[in-house]
Parts: sequence; structure tokens; C-alpha cells
Amino acid sequence: MAVTSLAPRIGVRHGGWPLKLAPQVANEVAMARAGLSYNRKDHKSISIPGPFQTLAIPILSRSSTDRPSPDGGADSDDGSAADPHAAIKPKVRQVGFVPRNAPPEPPARSQSYPAEASSPPLSDSPAGNSLSPVMIPPPRHLSDNLAAYRTPAVPVPETARRRAGHSPVVGSYDPAESLLGTSSPAPSPPSSGRLIGDGEFSDESWLLRRSNSAKFASSFPGGGFDLTAVKAVSAADLASDANVKKTTEKSKGSALEVKNEAIPSSKPLKAKTTKSERRALQESQRAAKVAGRVEGNKSTAAASGRVTSAKAAKQPTQKKDVASAAPSVAASEKKGSDRAPEKDKKKDAPAPRMQFDDKSRVEKAKRRAVVNQTEARNRVELFRHLPQYEQGTQLPDLESKFFLHEPMHPAIYKVGLQYLAGDISGGNARCIAMVQAFQEAIKDYVTPTEKNLNRDLTAKISSYVSFFTECRPLSISMGNAIRFIKNRIAKLPLSLSESDAKTLLCSDIDRFINEKIIVADQVIVRHATTKIRDGDVLLTYGASCIVEMILLYAHEIGKQFRVVVIDSRPKLEGQSLLRRLIAKGLSCTYTHINAVSYIMHEVTGVFLGASSVLSNGTVYSRVGTASVAMVANAFRVPVIICCEAYKFHERVQLDSICFNELGDPDAVLKVPGRMDVNYLSNLQNRENLQLLNLMYDATPSEYVSMIVTDYGMIPPTSVPVIVREYRREQLLI
Amino acid sequence: MWRRSASFILDNRNAAPPQPPAAAKPDTLTLSSAPPPTAAMADALQNPNPNISAYYQTRAAHHGVVTSDWLAQAQAAVGPRSVEGGDGSSSAADSGGVGGGGGGGVGRPFSVIDEFNNWRKQPDLAEAVAAIRALAAVIRNSEATTMMELEIELKKASDSLKAWDTTSISLTAGCDLFMRYVTRTSALEYEEFNSAKSRLIERAEKFGEISQKARRIIAMLSQDFIFDGCTILVHGFSRVVLEVLKTAVQNKKVFRVFCTEGRPDRSGLRLANELAKLDVPVKILIDSAVAYTMDEVDMVLVGADGVVESGGIINLMGTYQIALVAHSMNKPVYVAAESYKFARLYPLDQKDMAPALRPIDFGVPIPSKVEVETSARDYTPPQYLTLLFTDLGVLTPSVVSDELIQLYL
Repeated sequence: MAVTSLAPRIGVRHGGWPLKLAPQVANEVAMARAGLSYNRKDHKSISIPGPFQTLAIPILSRSSTDRPSPDGGADSDDGSAADPHAAIKPKVRQVGFVPRNAPPEPPARSQSYPAEASSPPLSDSPAGNSLSPVMIPPPRHLSDNLAAYRTPAVPVPETARRRAGHSPVVGSYDPAESLLGTSSPAPSPPSSGRLIGDGEFSDESWLLRRSNSAKFASSFPGGGFDLTAVKAVSAADLASDANVKKTTEKSKGSALEVKNEAIPSSKPLKAKTTKSERRALQESQRAAKVAGRVEGNKSTAAASGRVTSAKAAKQPTQKKDVASAAPSVAASEKKGSDRAPEKDKKKDAPAPRMQFDDKSRVEKAKRRAVVNQTEARNRVELFRHLPQYEQGTQLPDLESKFFLHEPMHPAIYKVGLQYLAGDISGGNARCIAMVQAFQEAIKDYVTPTEKNLNRDLTAKISSYVSFFTECRPLSISMGNAIRFIKNRIAKLPLSLSESDAKTLLCSDIDRFINEKIIVADQVIVRHATTKIRDGDVLLTYGASCIVEMILLYAHEIGKQFRVVVIDSRPKLEGQSLLRRLIAKGLSCTYTHINAVSYIMHEVTGVFLGASSVLSNGTVYSRVGTASVAMVANAFRVPVIICCEAYKFHERVQLDSICFNELGDPDAVLKVPGRMDVNYLSNLQNRENLQLLNLMYDATPSEYVSMIVTDYGMIPPTSVPVIVREYRREQLLI
Repeated sequence: MWRRSASFILDNRNAAPPQPPAAAKPDTLTLSSAPPPTAAMADALQNPNPNISAYYQTRAAHHGVVTSDWLAQAQAAVGPRSVEGGDGSSSAADSGGVGGGGGGGVGRPFSVIDEFNNWRKQPDLAEAVAAIRALAAVIRNSEATTMMELEIELKKASDSLKAWDTTSISLTAGCDLFMRYVTRTSALEYEEFNSAKSRLIERAEKFGEISQKARRIIAMLSQDFIFDGCTILVHGFSRVVLEVLKTAVQNKKVFRVFCTEGRPDRSGLRLANELAKLDVPVKILIDSAVAYTMDEVDMVLVGADGVVESGGIINLMGTYQIALVAHSMNKPVYVAAESYKFARLYPLDQKDMAPALRPIDFGVPIPSKVEVETSARDYTPPQYLTLLFTDLGVLTPSVVSDELIQLYL
């Protein structure tokens, strides 16, 4: 990373700060002169490793800082949570208040923050050589067909109706049946509900209903673009391969080996393929790749700007990763040595994402996927790199393979299927469900003989994660949660007995849920309600559980305000929110997003939830949020984003294209229950019709007035500070 | 009408005696309202007039325009008190010494607010510093025997101090800063109680010097931005801004200054006065002439009552419109503010702050039916500010939040 190049700038403000006031004025001036040009606007979007603060968040008990942290050694100074001596060092960033003899702060660490503990090699994401899927939290869409089922988080009848309307009704499937199934156990209140509905029934019903449509509907729409993409990728791969060769002759194919090794780890049942087998597999894959490249060369590749940009985007990440991370990963994997040194390197490079317009990779991914899905056919050009599947192709397959698979823990299986079916939606609910499933799995986990708990459990978790990813792409919050868990596992002291380790992990997970989500929500609610005044008209979009909590709490404490709920097709999530708000006696206005520019006149504040907030302040949220924020900004209405800090991510995103989730395209085509407007009902497979049902969009930070997090109210420009200062703490808790 | 305690006059006499500018309005300053000293102690716990921001009272006292005859009267009035005030009770006479401020006289219960009020009467002492000195006095007078007790006691004191004047941002920030230091600096936890205590007191006392030094640092830092031949628009009276301009003069920069009038307390006139003494070419504008003159202006330089988390500032009424005008004409807006003015506040708009009210003298009687906007300050959002000159360096507005996060979280 660019950390070292930042050194001079650090000197200006950060390195020198502890004695800031004390030193001679002349010095200051000199520094300032040197630093003036640095202090420009973009200054802070770069993460500067300031002295680390390990202070507990106010809401959390201070004792949490006192917990001994298992890591020591090199980073003892910021692992100050751990040893009392570190705690002695003043952690306060003293502004203008330090006497001359203040103890100097330990030098700013030039290393970038938190060691990433997750163990990529084990992960098996669809991307062949990807590191951990954890590190790629964002939208990778495997199964989107669920979109329709995830539908509005509405109370039962609604759900039923929609589901019935959407389902690719075939054969013996009876909507009513599924209704029964899904509704009876737990309607899984989508926004507020962070409980996992005990969905045995629903699972079954889903199995049933999906058991029909064709399994392999199609192959990819081949095109110039695809081929060039392939070329680009394979070129990158080759380059990296060459690199590897150079370094050691022996580990010739190590990069590839890693990829393949990922496979067995995801399916432990498959046991270890022998080395020769793996080698053979590699060879064949490499041959395929070369073939692909040749082909790519031939096709002249209508080199549109987009293609080249896609290439450009793809190449750096992949090269970097394959070249740097993979060999080290491979090495550590083989030796079974401690992976600590590689951690930093790995987390610096963004993990490559599966590009679904890359045929060979998709094929590869498919081969080892648990969930078999069929790609949708007419995909929108710009979004071909995102996965989009035809609806209802996975479950029958899953069902048939149920006993063939490695013993997947039932809790994991259940939650995965709930994702697939859309029974659990909403960032927090999904995250909690996942983490609790992990907890169950850990409780029942027994270390195989001759294996090490830390490593084997990490592998297990990785395989679970890849299963979840196949069910529905992970959200960023889930990625962060997984990262946390893996970190905890990696940091378990070896001396710990298995049962102790398990209880420790379970309590860690409980604490994560409690501190990062539940208490965080309470703090956010408290902060946000201070911004609600009597007579306000608050607008919200979609259904965010945190916004709902805020509105309800503000109502409870007697604030007088009106709520405008803006909604949009096809999910109509706002209706569920509206229902609950009305039930509590709030006065509400409900309208669709088409009317937002009209209704904005009377609004005094916009409260929005977020799926994630990225480092440049971009808010990644339900599609439509950006439009609402833009309109609000144009009307000079403050836009307040409410988001727990565990959803922050250090990635930067400028548009909604590179990473997103595609929903069921049919959902935009059909209006359930309105036969008279279904003009397009039979057109979905036309070659000249492309349907786009985008799930998320990116709101630029200019439109955001404030982000309310568990660390207080911050401007969007301060997201990287939170990420920088607390990532480590987040991993350690 | 201002109410001011008589001891202020002593301060002013001890320091540089204010000279009567032409614009002085003796009738706005009534002596009769100055309460007798003993009564002052009694009602000091209660903010005497909640309708008037205490913060702005102090400012008016420090910067206010005082006529000589009023001064004479006031001196006569306080004369007897200063004689009997020699008993060590908080008289202004000892306020110059760092060790002073042992406010809790014998027999009278110690009150942090009295202490604070004594400190803040020093014209050069920033409010935050006064707050911290007052808290240090709390420590000194404390009978606590453990760190925990002391912390609780301090917390109470700082809460009451903050509650006493909710309108003063730097008071709140100063209290928070000190509390933060006490509760978070774990260096203290492992020390013996008495030495920890004395260390805290020492810190608090050093803070005064530091705040002076902060102004120097800011002045030095900002020199790079003042170029020869530039025209600077300033608004209101700010000690930091004055320091900046003074330093520029010392550095032989040639520039001219436009001072706004700074209604309602006409603090701009005072600044103009000070600058005239330095032989800086000054022009005084009425507040509404800002847009008219903006095309001649090269930069806007303002102080701040408080710097909030968004990077915006809260300052004398009129700053916002100046910033807007400057922004629309692409003129840089610089803010000079010490870092202890950084406050954990995040106003979303103008009304989203505790209003600081201040009476306005229009010179003519206002019919009772007519409402008067008496807010003393406004909020300037960060997008209209170019840079902040602070003792931490020259910062963009967005860095303020970083600093605050580092400091408070």
C-alpha cells in the first residue's frame, strides 16, 4: 500500500502530534510549510496509520479493552488491549492540551492496520483463485432468482400472494402449500426480525416448488466481449505463472495449485485428491486457458471502451493477487506454518472477484458448486460480469445431493436455504442468522484426529461460507462478520482444550451480535433521535430496520413528527414498514418513488439505512436510495444515513456497476395480480429484450449529510477513519 | 442590557484599559445591574439571565466598548469590595497568577461556577481554558481519596459547568477535553493518588499557556496564506484573527483589511481599532455590504466560537452569509481556531443548535408585536470553508472529524 509514501505527510500531523503544542513554533511552521500542500481535500481519503486507539467505545464496557488479547509480539503497542503496559501509554489524542513533558506517543506505525486473519487458501469461492470469499463480501450473485421470493418483507398474506405470483409454477407445485409452509413457522419479519424463522417447513416447500424447472437451461451467450475478457484473464494468469516459475522451479504451478486446493477444502468429504490427480487437473485447466486465449486472439473483440476498461479493472487485481498472495498462501498452506506474516499482504490486495462473463472460470466454479444453477439468458450488457440465474434451478439439485455432500451442519444448511428462498433478508438479519448458524456448527464440532482445531475449523467455516455464497452473495456486513470469526479462530491459543475453545468462540460470537449489532443499534437510535425535532416530516425509503427503530423510539419518547414512506417496485418493502409504523400510531404518508420530487417539498429530514458504507463515503444500499438522496440534496434536505460500523468497508466504489446483485428479471416484468398490465408476460426470453433488476446502488457521499453509527455522528468523509481506527478492535472485540 | 459583574472592571483596569471608540453607547451599559458581590455568589449557581447567552456576555465584557465615564463609575462602585476582597476569596486581583483561583474561601462552599467565572474574566483567557482551570480548582479542593471519587466529583463539576452555560461551545469542549484527559489517560491509573492529582493540576495550569501558544502557532501557520497586496475580509472580533494579522504585520506583509461592523455588539469596530493601531489599512463595512465588496476581497478570514464535527464552524451571526457570498465568488474562506474549540456537535442546519440569544439594540423602540431574531451565531457548513488554521496544522474541514474521533473515541 501507499503507506510508506505517506510518511512525510504523516510527519506533519500525525507523527508529530503528541507534542504538538510543545515544540517550538518555528518547527511547527516549518512542518506546516512542508505540509501545506498535503492538507488538501483528498488528504483523508487515504488511510494514514495514525497511532492506534484501542479505547473502548463508550457504549461498550471498558473492560473489553482489558481483555487479554492473544496476539502479542510485534504489535504489542497497539494490541494495548492486551498488556497493562501498553494501556499505560496515553491513548488520548490530546488536542492542544499536552504539556511539554508529555510522554511521547509510540511512533506512528507504518504498517497498515489490522491483521487480517481469515485464511484465504481454505476458502472456496466460485472464483477459481480467489482468496477468501470473506474478503469479497460484496455482491457476487449466485442465486438471484430468489429475488422474487425475498419479496416484500410483508406480512404473510402479502408474501404468499407475491410468491404465488412469481413462482415459475410448474407441475405439482401448489402455492397454497408453500404458503402454509413458509408462514406457519415464522413469517420472518424481514426488517425488524433478526430471528431465524425455524424454517424446516418452508425449506421443504421450497424444495417442492423448485423441483421442476429445467436444470441446465443454457450456456452463456458467447460474444466478443467474453472472449476478450477471457484473454485478459488468462494473460494475467500466465504472467503470474511465469512469475512463480521464476521464483522456484519446484512450485511451478503453485498458483494454480492453490486454486485447486481450495476445492477440496470446500468439500472435505471428497478427501484429499492425490498430488498426481491435482497435477493432472491443473494441466488440463491450463490447457483450457491457453485455448481460450488463442480463441480470444482470433476474435477481433469489438474493443469497445467498456471492454478495455473491464480488462483494466480485472488485470491489476488478479495479477497482484495471483502473483503475490497465491504463492505465499500456497507455501503456508503446505507447510501448515503460521500464516501471520502473509496476512498483511493479503488484505492489502482486494481479492479478485468472480467475473461471470468469464466462461472458463464460471465453468470451473460450477464444477465444484454445491448448488447448481442455470444462468439467465438475456443479461444486460453492462452487468454480464454479475451472476444471474434462472429461477428455481437449484433446489432440486440440492435435494438430490443432500446425502452425498460432505456432512454440512443442518443449521448451516437451513440458513443457506433460507437465504436461497429469501426468507431471511435485511443485512442485520442475514448476518445474525449466519453467525448463529456458525455458532451451532461450532458447538457440534469435533476436531478430527490428527488435525488442529484452528486450521480445521477455519476450513470448515470457509466451506460453509462458500455454501452461503452460492445460496446468495454475501453482503459486506456478513463478510466482516466472517472475518471476525476467522480471526477469533486463528487467534485461539493452541493450548486451549477443544471444549474451552468452542465455548470461547461461541461467547465471542454472542458478543459480536450483541455489541456490533444490538447495542450498536441502540446507540444509533439514541443518536439519531436527537436529530428529530417536533414538527419534523421524516422521509424514509424502503424498509430499514434501524430506521424503523429510530422512528418508533422517537414516537415513544413523544416527539411529534410525520413520516413519509417512499417505496418502489418490485419489492415493495416499504409496505411492511408502513404497516408496523401505522400499528404503532405514527402518522404516515405512503407513496412510490415516482412522487419523491413532489413530496420532498414538505420533508425536513431523510433517514436511510445502508447495506454498507464504503471508504470514500459512498453508501451502498437498496436500489433507489441514490435517487432519493439526490432529490433530497437538491431540495436541501439533510440526508442521514444510519448504519452500524461493522458494515463499513475499506473498499471504494464509484458506481453501481462493478459490484452489485441482480434480482429476478421477471420481477420487473410482471405485476403480480394485475393480469391487465402484464403486457410483457411472455417476452422474457426474447433475444432483443434485456431485463435488469438491480438490487443495490451506490449513493455518492456528496448527497449524504451525516452518517449515524455506533461511534457517533460522523460526516461521510470520516468513514475511513473509523475503518482505520477500529478495524483492529472489531477483529479483536 | 448587559449585566456584568463589577469585578470585570478591575480586570480591565489591570489589563490594558479599553479606550472609548466613537461608537460607544454608554446607555447600553448599566452599572446598576451589577449585583453586590455577596449576592453574586448566591445566584452565581444560576445563570443570571437565561435569555442571554453567558458566553456572549463574557465576550461583550472582554471586547465590549466601554466609555471612560462608565469605567470611572464602576471603579467607584467596586472600590470598597476590592479592599475587603483581600481575604482570599476569588477576587480578580489574583487572577493573573497561575496558582491563583483557590476559589473556595474559608467558610464558603466551593463552587466550580464561581471559580469558572473568575477565570473567564481575564480577557486573554479563552473560555475553555477558564473551564479547565476551574476544574483544576475542583481537584485542588477535592477531598476525594481515590481516583474514582475524584473522577465522579469532576464529572459533577463539569456537568454543572456545562449546564450553567449551554450556549458556550468552547466551555463544553474544554470540560470534555479535561474529563477526557482525566478518565482516559491511563497513565494516571498506576500512579499514587496524590501524585496523580498534582499531575492533573499541573496539566490544567499548563493549559493556559498552551492556549496562548496555540494562537501563536496558528498565526505562524497562516502566514503562508497572507500575501503582499491582498485584501482580507474579517468578521467580528477574534483574538486568533487579530494575532494572525499582527504577525503578518510583524512579518512586514503589506495587506489591507475590511472589517465588518459585526452587529449587534459591533465587535468588528474593536478589531478595526486594534488594526488601526498597527497601521494596517482598514475599511469598515456594514454587515450588509459584504457582497458589495466581495469582488475586491482576496480571502475571508474568520475566527470561530466552535468547530463542529462536520468540519463546519459556529461563529458570530453573519459568518454563514459571508461564506456563502465568498463561495459563490470563489474566494477562499479561512478559519482560524484553536483545537480546543473542536466540539462533538453535529448541527444539520441553522436551527439544530442550542440557540445563544443576545439582545439587539436597534436604536429605536421596536413595537412589541414585532419579533426580533436574537440568535447570536450561525452555523457555516463545511462545504463553504476552504481551510482551517488550527494549532494541529492547516486542516481541511473534513479532518476535524478525524481529530475528534481520535480524541473522543
